[in-house]
Amino acid sequence: MIRVVLPHHLRTLAQVEGEVGLEIQGVVTLCSILDALEVRYPVLRGTIRDHATQGRRPLLRFFACAEDLSLERPDTPLPEAVALGVEPFLIVGAIAGG
Amino acid sequence: MSAVRVLVGTRKGAFVITSDGRRDRWEVSGPFFAGWEIYHVKGSPVNPDRLYASQSTAWFGQMIQRSDDGGKTWAPVGNEFQYDGEIGTHLGHDDQQHLWKFKRVWHIEPSLTNPDVAYAGVEDAAMFVSENGGQSWHERTGMRCHDSGARWQPGGGGMGLHTILLDPVHPGRIYIAISAAGAFRSDDDGATWRPINRGLVSNFMPVPNAEVGHCVHRIAFHPSRPDVLFMQKHWDVMRSDDGGDSWREVSGNLPTDFGFALGIHAHEPDTVYVVPIKSDSEHFPLDGKLTVYRSRVGGNEWEPLTSGLPQKDCYVNVLRGAMAIDSLASCGVYFGTTGGQVYASADSGDSWTPIVRDLPGVLSVEVQTLR
Repeated sequence: MIRVVLPHHLRTLAQVEGEVGLEIQGVVTLCSILDALEVRYPVLRGTIRDHATQGRRPLLRFFACAEDLSLERPDTPLPEAVALGVEPFLIVGAIAGG
Repeated sequence: MSAVRVLVGTRKGAFVITSDGRRDRWEVSGPFFAGWEIYHVKGSPVNPDRLYASQSTAWFGQMIQRSDDGGKTWAPVGNEFQYDGEIGTHLGHDDQQHLWKFKRVWHIEPSLTNPDVAYAGVEDAAMFVSENGGQSWHERTGMRCHDSGARWQPGGGGMGLHTILLDPVHPGRIYIAISAAGAFRSDDDGATWRPINRGLVSNFMPVPNAEVGHCVHRIAFHPSRPDVLFMQKHWDVMRSDDGGDSWREVSGNLPTDFGFALGIHAHEPDTVYVVPIKSDSEHFPLDGKLTVYRSRVGGNEWEPLTSGLPQKDCYVNVLRGAMAIDSLASCGVYFGTTGGQVYASADSGDSWTPIVRDLPGVLSVEVQTLR
């Protein structure tokens, strides 16, 4: 079970509390996590990735295992600890604004 | 028993403020969508319980929320706004050409006849339409793809299509305004458009009376007389008597003709309200005195309305979407400020009361008259 931590506003939109658990078949990548997340919670489409380009929205970052994965290619396999559910995959909003 | 419902969009959420027809006691509910910018909330004139809200942030993009019970509960609907066909370019602040890029929905205008149909004005300037209650949105490309599009340039707040007026008399006629492109009119439900800016003079432009490029802050008409339009431009209050084909200045004795908001009395088509702001460099009332000006003769002759409004140390702004008018027998006028106050007058502007004081900065105010 992949563990995903959403920022506050996306938890509110998806109406979830705490971590989200996702079952993913095959290689676990940024793309496969986000695809599975959007299938489970369609309301999140367009909030993490741009609808048109599927690129990461500029003020969001992806972290896991104390690493910034934001600039990884979408199809790069994520650390084994994420795939095994030992470590969560974090979607983090930039700290900016008032 | 009549009632009013005031729909307030703020920098940090939406609020619904209600009262009975006396308008002397108010109940505030919200914040809805707390922490998000709510550029606009508006109800269907056909089904007043059908509301649409534009919810956005720079972090998570655009959401559209819909309520079918007058704002008690909400559900997200479609949030995909994709430009259709060739994207094209427009002028940037750097005078270079930039690709059109969707940023947010500024304005949602529900249809006059069908609660499932709504028009959306977006930044970068374009018009979208939903015909299924907001579940999906499709661009009317004639607006963005107008021949003059490459000469449009963002105003200070972005290149937003911020005003949509649906003409209740001429079927298919729509007016829109864009900062800083100007006003446009369609006579075929948004398929094709033409600029309607003759008579506007904007001295910040290389050609002050050019066909496009004007920073039009707001346009409005009285529904019984939609050929007569009023406009608050960046500077200048303007009037057209021919559906926008030509404009003349009616700033008259206003102490400053810069401003954003504009409204028209529900029962007196020649009674117009503006909130003069000191200048384009100082977005606050003159001398710290918040004052609404009213003309009862269609412009040029304006009287200050100050009763109940702060007349000292007031340095808020009133944004373009933040004034609304109810249609009760004694006409109500409402406006919100960047300081988070919403003021209401139940007597056509003669006296004012804050119906809420400490909201986040107000971006938009709409009012529904419920009978």
